[in-house]
Amino acid sequence: MEYLYAFLIGGAICVIGQILMDATKLTAPRVLVILVIAGALLQAFNLYEPLVEIAATGARVPLPGFGYNLAKGAMEGAQQGLLSAITGGVKAAAGGITIAIGWGYLIAIIFNPRSVR
Amino acid sequence: MGKMNDKSSINGLDKKQVAQAYEKYADQFTPKPKYFFNSFKAFVIGGLLCTGSLWLENWFINSIGLSEKSASAYVVILLVMTAQLLTGLGCFDTIGKFAGAGVIVPITGFANSMVAPAIEYKKEGIVLGVGAKLFSLAGPVLVSGITLSMIIGFIYWIIGLL
Repeated sequence: MEYLYAFLIGGAICVIGQILMDATKLTAPRVLVILVIAGALLQAFNLYEPLVEIAATGARVPLPGFGYNLAKGAMEGAQQGLLSAITGGVKAAAGGITIAIGWGYLIAIIFNPRSVR
Repeated sequence: MGKMNDKSSINGLDKKQVAQAYEKYADQFTPKPKYFFNSFKAFVIGGLLCTGSLWLENWFINSIGLSEKSASAYVVILLVMTAQLLTGLGCFDTIGKFAGAGVIVPITGFANSMVAPAIEYKKEGIVLGVGAKLFSLAGPVLVSGITLSMIIGFIYWIIGLL
């Protein structure tokens, strides 16, 4: 059952992104920014957490999940003090961010651009 | 697309270019039946990606004995690494053209948006080429996300004091 919800909700979030890209003139990076902000804002009002409880990766893997992760980390950190409130967000998402930067840099150095696919 | 905007084609209008321009003009008024198909593809592929991630996460928890939190972090890490490797190999664009938002909206799209411009601008060097362009598309996502997390953290801290 959990798998079904992951499929449905993950798919639905992707459809929202697809419609944003197709129906409006928004470019992909803008859509990504909107989705991250949406995820973080929803979590700030505790509205994204229920979605994560139902769908697990279906809500965490799409980009709103990245915003959710940042917001949730900050909210949890805020209970421990000001410094944790500031560091909590990035701390929660640190694994993904670090790998995306480090591994991405190595990949970009190793591989060369391809002109025609 | 860029061809039409070339100055040479505006001055020397040969018939082929006029026909192309008309075709493009007419295209604007024909309904686009792709919307539904694109959304369907995004739904199925995005959904499958999330389902596969869940399977992997459960496998990490049940077979390797990781905690739920680390399992989900490892899943994100693996997705990012795979997407970036595929981008380096040149496969991601092909997949992305078919799947659209199905692979762009998940974290894989974010990972791809870092490596793709970095490879493209490699000629400009390892510092200003690869190093800077790694963030040309992903930068806005990180900036908006981290700024928001700072504001949310601060507001929650103040609420906690009251």
